[in-house]
Amino acid sequence: MASSASPVPAVAPSAAAPDFEALSVESATVVVQPSLWQRVRRNGSVRLGGAVLLLLVAIALAAPWLDTVDPSLFDPASRDLLPGKSGEITTLEGETIEHTFRMGSDSFGRDIYSRVLYGTRVSLLVGLFTAVVAITFGTLLGLMAGYLRWLDGILMRVMDGLMSIPAILIAIALVAMWRGSLLTVVIAIAIPEIPRVTRLVRSLVLTIREEPYVEAAISMGTPTWKIMLRHILPNTVAPLIVQGTFICASGILVEAILSFLGVGLPPDIPTWGNVMAEGRSQFNEFPHNIFFPGIFLAVTVLAVNILGDGLRDTLDPKMAKRV
Amino acid sequence: MFAFLARRLAATIPVLLVVAVLVFLMLRLTPGDPAAVLAGDAASPEQIAQIREGLGLDKSIPQQFGIWFGRMLHGDLGKSYYYKTEVTTLVAQRLEPTLSLTIVTIVVAVLVAVPLGVLAAWRFGGWLDRTLMGFSVMGFSVPVFVLAYLLIWGVSLKLGWLPVQGYKRIADGLGPWFIHLVLPAITLSVVYIALIARVTRAAVLDTLGEDYIRTARAKGLPESKVLMRHALANAAVPIATVIGIGIALLIGGVVVTESVYAIPGLGRLTVDAVLARDFPTIQGVILFFSVIYVVINLLVDLSYVFFDPRIRY
Repeated sequence: MASSASPVPAVAPSAAAPDFEALSVESATVVVQPSLWQRVRRNGSVRLGGAVLLLLVAIALAAPWLDTVDPSLFDPASRDLLPGKSGEITTLEGETIEHTFRMGSDSFGRDIYSRVLYGTRVSLLVGLFTAVVAITFGTLLGLMAGYLRWLDGILMRVMDGLMSIPAILIAIALVAMWRGSLLTVVIAIAIPEIPRVTRLVRSLVLTIREEPYVEAAISMGTPTWKIMLRHILPNTVAPLIVQGTFICASGILVEAILSFLGVGLPPDIPTWGNVMAEGRSQFNEFPHNIFFPGIFLAVTVLAVNILGDGLRDTLDPKMAKRV
Repeated sequence: MFAFLARRLAATIPVLLVVAVLVFLMLRLTPGDPAAVLAGDAASPEQIAQIREGLGLDKSIPQQFGIWFGRMLHGDLGKSYYYKTEVTTLVAQRLEPTLSLTIVTIVVAVLVAVPLGVLAAWRFGGWLDRTLMGFSVMGFSVPVFVLAYLLIWGVSLKLGWLPVQGYKRIADGLGPWFIHLVLPAITLSVVYIALIARVTRAAVLDTLGEDYIRTARAKGLPESKVLMRHALANAAVPIATVIGIGIALLIGGVVVTESVYAIPGLGRLTVDAVLARDFPTIQGVILFFSVIYVVINLLVDLSYVFFDPRIRY
């Protein structure tokens, strides 16, 4: 523009004519936004975590057919075998069979491999149930806190208090009082997770209830329960799935910690924590009693966490930005 | 400032009150006779009757809470039936190992995590960043006790560099004290490092996009100064917050770490008390840990003034 002295260009540039070819309909590309489900499916973390998790589910379901024996079987003749060694084991019918101890045996002569594979069932169930219990109660309380003003203050103070007690301590104390069973362990692990869900749902409710469509519904006289169910609850699904995945991971971890400390599920139930607890006294000579279940535990929790990361990135981008 | 301090303290009191009610109710919600539960499995009927009377169990639940709470305010947490001593004495005896372990862990974790987080944010998307994020997911997933045994196996049993287990008091000399703390502190710090590094990275990443960072670079400030003086200083508040919140994670880890490394601290006491079903001790330890947690987070809130002069309470 600096040298444009004359207002009219000296030469009419033919090259500057619009390129009608390029503007033709044929060459225009239609950009299709991938659906939410497609984005979730294409996410690398979701694929990796999901694949490992599916493999673990398959192991849990197929445990009886993967060359395992009943996890409660033991044989004094096969005590403290190293991984890969063969030995004998007595079945429930009193029959002695030859068995390969792929992950060795413990001090009772039980097959670690069978116990670890069957332990997958317990861990996955505990993780799933913990997430379901925590999400269900947390959502209910969160909806109530977000919608019922008079309840909000007192409920959130209780949740603040609950969050001030370290989670593992609550779980340990509750299991100690109720004595360990699958139900009590799941509830004890879920209770300290509830405040986080309640807070999440409450904050979502407080935002959503100001949306015009909720105001419209209120003005049309829709009953409160219907507003919650129809308009508010569906909007909480995506963040809750993300949160549920992380609760599942922490549930699996805490159950293993409780069992390992001897305050979780009864020792006769084959869980990874129990197998490791039994291996503690002999760790110096036989570290495999702790390492094999430990690897399964770490891989499972890692897979669930990676899946959760992927779901968070795709389902809940606002949260993904924050952390 | 003092008005704020008073307000903030006043806000802490209901939380502590709720904690006390919850800890109190934990025992009362147990099926069966609380006196029998408190007395333990081996108690005689006379002992149970004595406890019932002492706790005022014939009175209503609010009255019982009043009695229990009043005693607690006088520093009376009850008597451990298993150790046969006052719970407060027991907690005081076990405090040193736990305090040593947690303080060393926090120092190590902050010194490692904050620089890593800053560097990861600085080279966002680079190899360090990706490694750190991968490590942090691993850190959240590898169970504390598996990591503990891995370290014992590798460093102590195979290499023989450090003691396998145990604890030496500071009074026995700083050298032995520290050597016994190295592995437990590393074990305990991994989750904490993962958490702090993640938040540091996110917070610094946020500030690096600000205009004053561009200005600082434009006026030719060396990168180190831009990062430390401008980016990190402005990211200090969220980092301080997560260090405070992470204490809860740390306390959970202490319980496990002390069990594995045979450290006679509060975490070990918790597990022993639970295994012995020693409820006064369980209640006392949970209350103690919760109060510590609340107080630390109160201090973190107050530290915002120090980190960010714009915050005036």
